[in-house]
Amino acid sequence: MEELLKILNEVKPGVDYENETDLIGHGVLDSITMVTLVLQLSDEFDVDISPVDITPENFKTVQTIYDMIQRLEDE
Amino acid sequence: MKNILEFIENSALRYPDKLAVADENGGLTYGQMEKLSRQIGAWIYEKTDGDKNKPVAVLLDKKPESVAAYMGVVYSGNFYVVLDAEMPVSRAESILGTLKPVAVVTDTGHMDKAQELNSRDVQADGCQGQDTETNEVFRILNLDELDAEADQSVLGTVRKKAIDTDPVYALFTSGSTGVPKGAVVSHRNIIAYIDWYTEAFDIDEHTIFGSQTPFYFSMSVSDLYSTLKNGATLYIIPKAYFTFPMKLMEFMNTYRINTIYWVPSALQIVANYKLFQYAQLPELKKVLFAGEVMPTKPLNYWIQNLPDAMYANLFGPTETTDICTYYVVDREFADDEPLPMGRACNNCDVFVLDENGREVSPEIDPETGFSHEGELYARGSFVALGYFGNAEKTREAFVQNPLNPNYPELVYKTGDLVKYNRYGELVYVCRKDYQIKHMGYRIELGEIEAAAGAIDGIRSYACIYDDAADKILFIYEGKKKDETELLKAFQERVPHYMEPNRFVRVTSMPHNANGKIDRKRLKAEYAQH
Repeated sequence: MEELLKILNEVKPGVDYENETDLIGHGVLDSITMVTLVLQLSDEFDVDISPVDITPENFKTVQTIYDMIQRLEDE
Repeated sequence: MKNILEFIENSALRYPDKLAVADENGGLTYGQMEKLSRQIGAWIYEKTDGDKNKPVAVLLDKKPESVAAYMGVVYSGNFYVVLDAEMPVSRAESILGTLKPVAVVTDTGHMDKAQELNSRDVQADGCQGQDTETNEVFRILNLDELDAEADQSVLGTVRKKAIDTDPVYALFTSGSTGVPKGAVVSHRNIIAYIDWYTEAFDIDEHTIFGSQTPFYFSMSVSDLYSTLKNGATLYIIPKAYFTFPMKLMEFMNTYRINTIYWVPSALQIVANYKLFQYAQLPELKKVLFAGEVMPTKPLNYWIQNLPDAMYANLFGPTETTDICTYYVVDREFADDEPLPMGRACNNCDVFVLDENGREVSPEIDPETGFSHEGELYARGSFVALGYFGNAEKTREAFVQNPLNPNYPELVYKTGDLVKYNRYGELVYVCRKDYQIKHMGYRIELGEIEAAAGAIDGIRSYACIYDDAADKILFIYEGKKKDETELLKAFQERVPHYMEPNRFVRVTSMPHNANGKIDRKRLKAEYAQH
């Protein structure tokens, strides 16, 4: 989780990620940030995030992103 | 033809029940579009006491009814200015301060914003309206309270008096000084321009556009007006779908989009996610792009996966309505080979002048494979009327044709440096103020950037010149690269004096409001002061 927060803060600083309840609805993650974030997460966690995984549900909060990575790591 | 309203009127006659502009929530047919536009026109006329050729700002989201609002403004005899509903208040104030619109058309959802802008403007302007009951600088017209019964008999009189050099809209672009400039575009501009666009890309009633660019961006003029003229359909793609790429592919297929005219960064999203591994776009036949340099590598990804589509690189500023030159991709390009910007559009002429004001000939220097370079000028009916309320900037950019001493002829000085290649096509070099002098050499940073296109694992990049330190910075986003490896890649492609002196890896490349890489911010952040 710490690593994930570190990446998020690098990709887009200045957001209170732990308390943010809707990263998409509140406009934190736009299209260009999303590309960077996904490629960064794929690199750092060595998981394969496919476009099918890039959904509003999976990227709603830090927790949902974390859960998605866990799921992909188990695959 | 002399008035752009004939576009919707003619299409409404031919295809009354065909969708003109739509999004996921439905849309307006040509019949409905014409009817609603007329109602809005009569309503604005009544509310503005019959003003003529005055600016009316429109503050709405990107949706089908917004187009009716723009057309309504034109029906009323005025011209429209699209305000970005998400733009920072300071920018909106700057635009409204220059514009002093007679009215702002908005809806209930944007009333607060409109009112905020109205009162702030008063404060900034001090004396205006202080002693009156209301502090309103402009009228706010709420589209949700549209009086559909407003007297339409005035519209015929308005039209009779209109001429084709009357303005249709003013579109604000960022000026280098930070004050936005509003290019005023006329009926004649749009009619001439859309004639070319229609012919060059074979736009007809079967065309279905997937619209990506915002209505306050000049590129949207092309897909919107070529749709209206030809009885085609324009589908507005929700912005969020570029964040959720599978949604984007689904949308394209659901609405059978066959033509797109996007900025390169939108096309790059598809390449970055390698989306064609997950979904196909069987309906898509034309892929057009403009707005910034399209890197060749992601374009090659598209071409490999959608080989039968037409690809075209369009080039031009807002001041030539949207475009002045174009190139339809007709041969293969290596990943580090820049795409040409091609030749002048039909009914538009361009020429290139060197620093002494002499015309650059397309003759090739055998050593470089290119001609000399010079500044691009455009002339003809695409060239806008000038900048609204800014005589000084207008005089700087809209000048007497330097090659014509005999009669008045205004041409547009683009500020872009270009050269010819061996095919006689124009190739973009850089902005005139983006050319640097380093170690005694004149260097175009764009050329260094083009060389970076072949480096694996780099997603986005920009070259910045640090004047104070006399260093070329190469800033990139992507996998961390060994500096010697990077340097080697450049050594293979550019002369030694063009090799970057410093490499900076950023996690996320900054972009400006139009989605272009924000070079000013990069420079402020990474250059010495």
